Amino acid sequence: MSQAETLLAGSLTQQREGLDRGEVSASELLDASLARIAAHAGLAAVVSIREAAARAEAEAATKRIAEGKPLSALDGVPVLLKDNIVQAGEPATCSSRILENFVSPYDATVTERLQAAGAILVGRTNMDEFAMGSSTENSIYGPSHNPWDPTRACGGSSGGSAAAVAAGLVPLSLGSDTGGSIRQPASFCGVVGLKPTYGRVSRWGLVAFASSLDQIGPFGRTVGDCAAMLEVIAGHDPRDSTSLSEPAPRFGERSGNGLDGSVEGLKIGLPSEYFVEEGVEPGVLSRVREAIAELESAGARFIPISLPHTEHTIATYYLIATAEASSNLARFDGVRYGRRAENVKDLQDLYQRSRSEGFGAEVKRRILLGTYVLSAGYYDAYYGKAQRVRTLIRRDFEAAFGQCDLILTPTTPETAFALGAKSGDPLSMYLSDVYTVSANLAGLPALSMPCGLSEGMPVGLQLIGRPLDEATILRVGDALERRTEHHLARPTAFAGGAA
Amino acid sequence: MASWKDRYETVIGLEVHTHLKTRSKLFSPAPVQYGMEPNHSVSVIDLAMPGVLPVLNERVVLLAIRLGLAIHATVNPHSVFARKNYFYPDLPKGYQISQFEEPIVSDGWLEIELEGAGGKGRKKGKVDQPPERKRIGITRAHIEEDAGKSIHDIAVAGSEDSCIDLNRAGVPLLEIVSEPDLRSAQEASAYLRALRSILRYIGVSDADMEKGQFRCDANVSIREHGTKELGTRTEIKNLNSFTHVEDAIEAEAMRQVELIEDGGEVVQATMGYDPERRRTSVMRLKENSDDYRYFPDPDLIPLKIDPARIEAIRAELPELPEEKRARFESEYGLSSYDAGVLTASRSLADFFEETTKACGAPKVAANWITRDVLRELKERECEIEELALSPATLGALIGLVEAGRLTARSASELFPVLVAEGGDPEALMVERGLEAVSDAGAIDGFVDEVIAANPDVVEQVRAGDDKPLNFLMGQVMKASQGKADPGQVRKALAERIRG
Repeated sequence: MSQAETLLAGSLTQQREGLDRGEVSASELLDASLARIAAHAGLAAVVSIREAAARAEAEAATKRIAEGKPLSALDGVPVLLKDNIVQAGEPATCSSRILENFVSPYDATVTERLQAAGAILVGRTNMDEFAMGSSTENSIYGPSHNPWDPTRACGGSSGGSAAAVAAGLVPLSLGSDTGGSIRQPASFCGVVGLKPTYGRVSRWGLVAFASSLDQIGPFGRTVGDCAAMLEVIAGHDPRDSTSLSEPAPRFGERSGNGLDGSVEGLKIGLPSEYFVEEGVEPGVLSRVREAIAELESAGARFIPISLPHTEHTIATYYLIATAEASSNLARFDGVRYGRRAENVKDLQDLYQRSRSEGFGAEVKRRILLGTYVLSAGYYDAYYGKAQRVRTLIRRDFEAAFGQCDLILTPTTPETAFALGAKSGDPLSMYLSDVYTVSANLAGLPALSMPCGLSEGMPVGLQLIGRPLDEATILRVGDALERRTEHHLARPTAFAGGAA
Repeated sequence: MASWKDRYETVIGLEVHTHLKTRSKLFSPAPVQYGMEPNHSVSVIDLAMPGVLPVLNERVVLLAIRLGLAIHATVNPHSVFARKNYFYPDLPKGYQISQFEEPIVSDGWLEIELEGAGGKGRKKGKVDQPPERKRIGITRAHIEEDAGKSIHDIAVAGSEDSCIDLNRAGVPLLEIVSEPDLRSAQEASAYLRALRSILRYIGVSDADMEKGQFRCDANVSIREHGTKELGTRTEIKNLNSFTHVEDAIEAEAMRQVELIEDGGEVVQATMGYDPERRRTSVMRLKENSDDYRYFPDPDLIPLKIDPARIEAIRAELPELPEEKRARFESEYGLSSYDAGVLTASRSLADFFEETTKACGAPKVAANWITRDVLRELKERECEIEELALSPATLGALIGLVEAGRLTARSASELFPVLVAEGGDPEALMVERGLEAVSDAGAIDGFVDEVIAANPDVVEQVRAGDDKPLNFLMGQVMKASQGKADPGQVRKALAERIRG
């Protein structure tokens, strides 16, 4: 294995050192990444690459770094974008037939910020169509495979981004999280994934699924890597009215209030509703309890808390998310861009056939559901009520954060399920989001990180923080990482290199 | 034959859509320009590209507040943007961003002037009574975006396909909804004129109907006089001239009367108006109307307005037509009629005030403007700003007459020259030798001449008949080429004839 390949499989910190010391160039790192993407095409994690432009950018980065002037911690580092985050001149299919030939005329804010930081945007990753799904099986590219076991799902909807980092194709990628779409695949693939506070990262250029829940966030192999990427993409954006005005702290700092390894005196809440024997894989509960013990020995205090409206979160989520989606996806009508049915009779036929041919089954199901819940006569009973319950869920967390500094739960009740196991049963698929959706409903930052294996498959631990307090969950995650080696575990087929 | 109006009254409520005077669109930075090449004033936001987000144009809020204050309405400190969902090719997002349950402005009114009992407008010269006024309630005014234009005309589109021009898509509108307080087509048009005048006065909209900046939908029902309940109403869409509004309402009321007289009943419907045939016809029945599935737009936060801001805008609000009219009556002693005419537009009112300042004779200035200046505007079909005649020039002209240096007749001779070319009235008077003759000797000469030439007439006057005196006056003025001071002439004639 070449030096570049070895570094590529390591953490961002290691790649930064390698680049800055001149042990490897940005171009070599990119070549290694492209080679690895090609070698593991079978994973179906990456759906398009931008080779020529990326090479030119890597050359420029190589020069800057050689002159000792890297733009940021990400300068010269290869990165992948989920296929619903637009880049000018690049496709953005959202894994949908309806956008099969769509090329974006503009950049997302996160795309601009990554490029301004010198990150090399290598290509785009597989996902569930329009981010609707929990397995990356609802995709025109076919399902992504879990690097730990290709017969299993890598989770979703940002499955390709999680699998790419787990398989060492790139050290960092971006996903989007509407109900767990970063954290659940991070958990399934044994990597770190962070959903920031709603409004922390601009949604300008993120193809909307459910606007009040969507948030872009990083995948990485370590908590620190995610913190460094968050630092680049976070912060106010005047193009997004829901973007928060608070300046983003330097999440990646290893001193001050940053990742200093200390958890002393922190109070961590354990919601009783999430720690139920029934419905949670024993292996998952065991790994999470071991992590709790580890943090306790490091000086954190654990207290039981209650989030009483937990049982309503899935219903609430699917009412709000589908309602918003039914409206957000109305623009895909075959009129201005995207797929248009041929030989149409009239306008109605144009709409019906373009959308019937263009959207997959799950997307249609959610559009129908969302249209229904917003309809006259049903609005109050469904959408209106869901909004009221959402307020109650938010209050649950406000009350809990009166007692504790952060909350710890399993990310998912089970490890990665087999491909096809749930694709015929939407409800059981929806239930795999049971621990993650509440952070979206309440707009809170939440992180998933590996905490060991259960029967050979990664288990994820979720840390939920106060609004805008990514810093604390990153600090605790990093502290746990320093005391364990779970983040070093690699799927056998993709092992190799230093870590 | 008795008119149907003896038995029925028409009940009308109007919905006005007026384009706001802004440089850019409501939610995008694309410029608002009229007469551009199709689709040349659009941004990725107006095209509803995947991933774009709306950002509210702050100027729109200012203009909406101004309108709210000008119509004595409540400016709500909290209002909400909602999505109105429907599919149409000129609606790129598949929804229109509007305000629904919580508009920015509610509960206002404006006053209109009612026509006299004879059905004729009050004319100048009648005994001046204060006109009868009627208060028309305004239910609400809300901010929304305009749609694009569909072009089905083969000649314009250049093919048999329909074409779409999105230049207008996203242009900011205020929808202003009146109470059903209007009782005739004439009242409806008086309301529209009053509203348009206010909008222009406060710089909120140019409200040019020809440019589609000021459009009107009319809700019309009829009921027998003395009835309390409202009849079933129909809505006539897209009336774009005052004449069409009046004619369409008349035609629709008539249609409803005929229906009822024939034993039928009015059905709730959306009507179209055909100006050529002067007829309304059913476009679609309301029972088939769309369910717009309104819900708060999750991409936009609720619009919060600080009461201090409202007060600051109130303090800067220009004088409104009604206030100005009252002031013109009290300050300048103008008749109600003249004050009304002169305050019909802000530019005309300003022209009057500047003229008055220059000559110190408000009533004379009012006469000149309402009579001569308005006639010129009508003949030239132009705006007052386009005349070469400035208020200072007109003031100077009036000043010469007031000082007795120019006779009214000579002034009338100079006026068209000044209107066409401008210039200094005094210099022009001298150049043309029009300075009034006030020299007693010269006047006596003319008088003697006329008395000598008309002995019969002089005899009549001596016998006590005053009527022919005017004839002699005219002869003297003619002899002096209009330059003699009429007062002096009258005096000299009387002295010479009657001793």
